[in-house]
Amino acid sequence: MMSANNYEELMARRNEIMKKAVGIDYEKFRKDELVFDYDKMMNEAGYDLDEVREIQKEAGVGRTPLLELENLTALARELAPPGKGARIFLKDEAANPSGSYKPRRASVSVYHAQKEGYPGVVAATSGNYGAAVASQANIRGLDSIIVQEVYDSAGRGQPEILEKGRKCEAYGAEVLQLTVGPELFYTFLQVLEDTGFFNASLYTPFGIAGVETLGYEIVDEIRKREGIEPAAVICTNAGGGNLTGTARGLKKAGAEKTRVIGASVDLSGLHMASDEDFNRKSFTTGHTGFGIPFATWPDRADVPINAARALRYMDRYLTVTQGEVFYITEALARLEGLERGPAGNTSLAPALSLAQELDKEEIIVVQETEYTGAGKHPISQLNFARGMGVEVKRGHPEEESPGENIIIPERPGQIEGIDLDLDSIRISYLEKAVEKSGITSVDQNYLDFLAREVNLKPDETRKLIEKNLDVELDL
Amino acid sequence: MTKKVPRGSWVEIKKIVLEPGSRAPQVPEDTARVPLEMRIKGYLTSPAAKGDEVEIRTVIGNRYEGVLHDSDPSYDHKYGKPVPELITIGEELKQILSADGGE
Repeated sequence: MMSANNYEELMARRNEIMKKAVGIDYEKFRKDELVFDYDKMMNEAGYDLDEVREIQKEAGVGRTPLLELENLTALARELAPPGKGARIFLKDEAANPSGSYKPRRASVSVYHAQKEGYPGVVAATSGNYGAAVASQANIRGLDSIIVQEVYDSAGRGQPEILEKGRKCEAYGAEVLQLTVGPELFYTFLQVLEDTGFFNASLYTPFGIAGVETLGYEIVDEIRKREGIEPAAVICTNAGGGNLTGTARGLKKAGAEKTRVIGASVDLSGLHMASDEDFNRKSFTTGHTGFGIPFATWPDRADVPINAARALRYMDRYLTVTQGEVFYITEALARLEGLERGPAGNTSLAPALSLAQELDKEEIIVVQETEYTGAGKHPISQLNFARGMGVEVKRGHPEEESPGENIIIPERPGQIEGIDLDLDSIRISYLEKAVEKSGITSVDQNYLDFLAREVNLKPDETRKLIEKNLDVELDL
Repeated sequence: MTKKVPRGSWVEIKKIVLEPGSRAPQVPEDTARVPLEMRIKGYLTSPAAKGDEVEIRTVIGNRYEGVLHDSDPSYDHKYGKPVPELITIGEELKQILSADGGE
């Protein structure tokens, strides 16, 4: 195993390796250097909602409990102006086979790999997804290999990833544990080439189609129970797949007015490929270090066209601090009797402040939870952070500086999701789209495509381009 | 004499994937300075001492070579001490909710 390969040589073969390992001819969906047909890709390469439901039913995935958080709602109402304080519901995705929403994503890929005759599946992931792939692979009798970024150069493992590595091994996966660096992708390519296994990427149409059931179930159940549709669904956002799949499911259920809100832990200032910064963070996913780069340019993933395109579906993007998520994790355990997370509770933290903006009659759904345990638990993470010299104290979340300190709020009223400027993220996407495609002018066809990519009307997109980009408009 | 780890033992090996000079061009300076290392667990295929070059067979039957790093590699991640900053949150919240008897 592990044929010796020079970094550049192997990376040069990436497209060829990828094509064999996912079996999708992405070129079929490209129209030119900029435009590709996203809907056609999702429809032809993926599976439809009914097929996905059947696949997931076979594998024990989905139809998780939707819980009303009455005590957290009461808390939001204590803090809210009269008449405000929307009801907060939580989709308890920890009830899926491997303890997170990720089996939805893994189930379709593993089903497809089995159907196409691949001997096994490989996933590059530090987290819950690896456990989901390994668990689903067992259900369908396939081997699995998980490639993880775990250690810094001093051999210190991030406790959350150590736990998730343990869980992958518990399911019988072969786990390749690496030190910090984006060359994880290089190792991943090598494994694909050496084994001929299926690339159970998080970012194929299979993975995203698998999450659509989550959005669909939320609307279906809220409608049946309450006779209305949720005013907002909050999704923890990292690579964009959770939000994209959920939003597509909401639309498939016909909930056109439900606002889709992304939430990420603010890790600004920490470099994601830095050996020194690696263990100065307490969140290994659901943070801005993935959320922003993937929103501004999704096609940085392990497939040629990323099916997770959060900017196409996001109505609002909120950030919260690490300390706020630890606080809300404690609140969820103490007020609602649910010990979950913490990473999966990233979207629960801003739900408390969002509920205070909305009317009492409205409903907010927090769309995931994840299992907890040694390594993943706030106690593990905060002890580890202290050991790394990160200060932990009570205070105002505004004082938090990622890598330097973790500020546990003094009062629940201090918890507030901070809006990121979506337009600046859109501008950043548009700049990259122009740069990477090499187009020199934007005609109507390009404008229509870009407008869909940034979830604006063509006219609004034109204005953003005119004002901010150095490219000709040819309309 | 170093004690040998018997053949068939469950062990962890370490290997260098990329040396410091061959890291990806985009990595920051602190990462470029150190090698990219990999750890893998599996069954030792012949007796060896820690630090020896060895071969392992993984749970799914793949074979890898590397330096024997540990035998019976343990899961050491834990909870640790209680965190004072978290302990009181539950009571604080219950007090807020009971202050005016709620709704």
